[in-house]
Amino acid sequence: MFAYIVRRILATIPVMAVVAIFVFALLYLSPGDPAAIIAGDTATVEDIARIRAKLGLDEPVYIQFGSWVWRLMQGDLGISIFTNLPVAKLIQQRLEPTVALTIATLIVSISVAVPMGVLAAWKAGRWVDRLVMVFAVLGFSVPVFVLAYILIYIFAIRADLLPVQGYVSISAGFWPFLSHIILPSAALGMIQSALIARITRASMLEVLAQDYIRTAQAKGLGNEQVLIGHALKNAAVPIVTIIGIGVALLIGGVVVTETVFAIPGLGRLTVDAILRRDYPIIQGIILIFSGAYVLINLLVDLSYTLIDPRIRY
Amino acid sequence: MSMRSVAGGIRFVAMLAALAAAFGPASGWTQGAQKTLRFIPQADLRSIDPIWTTAYVTRNFGYLVFDTLFALDKEFKPQPQMVDKWTVSDDKLTYKFTLRDGLKWHDGQPVRAADCIASIERWAKRDQFGQKLMEAVGSIKPDDDKSFTIALKAPFPLLISALGKLSSNVPFMMPERLAKTDAFQQIPEAIGSGPFKFVKEEWVPGSKAVFVKNAAYVPRKEPPSLAAGGKIVKVDRVEWLYIPDTATAAAALNAGEADWYEQPPADILPVFAANKDVVVNTVDPLGNMGVLRFNHTLPPFDNQKMREAVLNLVDQKDYMRAVAGEDKYWKTCGSIFICGGTPFESTAGAEVLLNGPNPAKAKQLIQEAGYKGERIVLLSATDQPIVQQQALVTRERLAAAGLNIDLQANDWGTLITRRASKEPIDKGGWNLFHTWTAAPDMLSPALNIPLRANGDKAWFGWPKDPKLEELIDAWFKASDPAEQKKLADAVQAEAYKEVPYVPTGQFVVPTAYRKNLDGIIIAPVVFLWNVEKK
Repeated sequence: MFAYIVRRILATIPVMAVVAIFVFALLYLSPGDPAAIIAGDTATVEDIARIRAKLGLDEPVYIQFGSWVWRLMQGDLGISIFTNLPVAKLIQQRLEPTVALTIATLIVSISVAVPMGVLAAWKAGRWVDRLVMVFAVLGFSVPVFVLAYILIYIFAIRADLLPVQGYVSISAGFWPFLSHIILPSAALGMIQSALIARITRASMLEVLAQDYIRTAQAKGLGNEQVLIGHALKNAAVPIVTIIGIGVALLIGGVVVTETVFAIPGLGRLTVDAILRRDYPIIQGIILIFSGAYVLINLLVDLSYTLIDPRIRY
Repeated sequence: MSMRSVAGGIRFVAMLAALAAAFGPASGWTQGAQKTLRFIPQADLRSIDPIWTTAYVTRNFGYLVFDTLFALDKEFKPQPQMVDKWTVSDDKLTYKFTLRDGLKWHDGQPVRAADCIASIERWAKRDQFGQKLMEAVGSIKPDDDKSFTIALKAPFPLLISALGKLSSNVPFMMPERLAKTDAFQQIPEAIGSGPFKFVKEEWVPGSKAVFVKNAAYVPRKEPPSLAAGGKIVKVDRVEWLYIPDTATAAAALNAGEADWYEQPPADILPVFAANKDVVVNTVDPLGNMGVLRFNHTLPPFDNQKMREAVLNLVDQKDYMRAVAGEDKYWKTCGSIFICGGTPFESTAGAEVLLNGPNPAKAKQLIQEAGYKGERIVLLSATDQPIVQQQALVTRERLAAAGLNIDLQANDWGTLITRRASKEPIDKGGWNLFHTWTAAPDMLSPALNIPLRANGDKAWFGWPKDPKLEELIDAWFKASDPAEQKKLADAVQAEAYKEVPYVPTGQFVVPTAYRKNLDGIIIAPVVFLWNVEKK
């Protein structure tokens, strides 16, 4: 097991190296120039050239790549071209909102979707099952921003129960934090719930058709024990997998939710950096994302051993 | 579900409520400190150096944190701001300035003449008006800690106007240690002497910037007038809350989570109609001017007749309806120096534009130019609605006149990179693009950058018209206001003859704020002093 973990962690190095080279190449092949954005609309070609020189953007690509890798090896992600702040600090500023939103969304989606999926499988073909499937279809079909606006209108504007936008750190108080995270996590949780509910239902249906379930029922076990103790535990591997994928998607893919609710998270940092060609941020953040994805996948794989004792590494 | 689990659930909710009561603020989320002004700016504050970048949001930031030697009043006349007294010699070659008493930087150090000299020199390296000034400057030397002298090689009647320049780049004063920073590199910190202090520790780029009242600031005695006069701060703290989604920003203002939304787009304004606590107003009466720019180095617009043909096809009303919507937010304007009572407003040479489009004349000019259907690349940026809307109108208008328009939609970052290319269009070059400029950046021949026609040194598109340049030079040297006006008219008439660009109309962007705000200064730039939150 330990050897497996070490092997997997070592395997992240070439993965991240490939990602770094790919991202660097992509950035320098795509059009756009941060110097032109900095110089502004009325700048001259000479102004832009001088800013490029000061930023070191006029150096050959291999030299720029080399100096970036050298700094990276010293733990320095670089300095944002625009804000003049360290990329590490910008990522650190954005990490808490994204992690908080991700965890809150997972809590919402798992607590809603897993019971729904189990219930739908147990009552397969009946109205409860159909209701859950309608919910799942709706969850996939309604865009996050539409749901977000509906939630804002109902709970923030009409009822004045929750704030419209923004993020407050948990260090500023539990209720201010919670009040700002409820609507975004509910909006984002809808899609996640739909996905997890469908997978849970499918996985449960398969397990419920197994002989050992029938045996358990014949032995007189109650429904709760059969569903939770026997069926759900054996159906958990695909559910955990889909939750793991969901976490990875949430970390990098919550741009729309962060934009609608004005949450300063990593997704928005990435998009803003791309729009203004802030290369050090883009490079730093994609590297961090790729590392996080690898780590999450590793954790998901390791969790299989806890769920299913037959799995060994 | 058993009764026990229901009871457990109730206990959990009760526990959450107790936690909320214990840790949450009593006043809820819509109430901040009474003297905190929560302001939604037009864009994200990306840089804190208003000399390094021309971004308007950084210019507005600069007005909070830094101060200027002179500032424009509502008559567009420069008035002393940090300067107490100034004199000019009879031969107009020596200007002496004395700073006001009590000026201090935010780090507590006194403002010295040496700081101002370094600031002027840095600004002049980046600003075209400043560069023009420096051509006439022989030396700038301190007389003592509070006084300095500018000695000129030749008279420069616009010296005070240059030091009181309203918009980007504004000659903001900084401590010498910051002003010595290379003009093409960012300053590391924002230490000014302005009415607000920037709280860098609370700055979250892309989300929030915080300013607190500078208690040591000594305002002038005169009432505020545009950028001039007393800058009296009436709130303790200002929070810039950048909310990228316009619908969310509008909802935040409606819900009282923000006090002021600087530039709500026209299509969102009806959202405020039902809220009696929100005022929609135009505090920037001059607004902005749309621009259609030609590449003068490539066919077909290297031919004056083709540019004149396009001028004959432009109907400003079409552009403005697309850009600004309701009639009350725009007007047609033939003056390249902005309409609305500005010093150099004129109709000289603008008859073609003001009399409406003339497709027959345009067709004739296109034939005379020998245009044979060559592809014309029109650059656009879909993430900039004002650019994109103008480009769509241009495509329709020009295509209807038989021009072969290839509309290439990019993002703004790509457009401003591509427009620097002088390559032919099959190698990534371009023929046309749109932009817009805030009115303060077009008020005179000194400020209107797209007007300049000095070939390779000119703005993107690189027009070359020696006569236009001669007229602009003569305007710079004119000291008499009547002569300046006459020359400005001549500049405009020549511009309409050679057509370096086409103005596509003047539009304003209204602002929206809570009714409890008072004292907002009517100006083309957002100033946050004098604003009171009742």
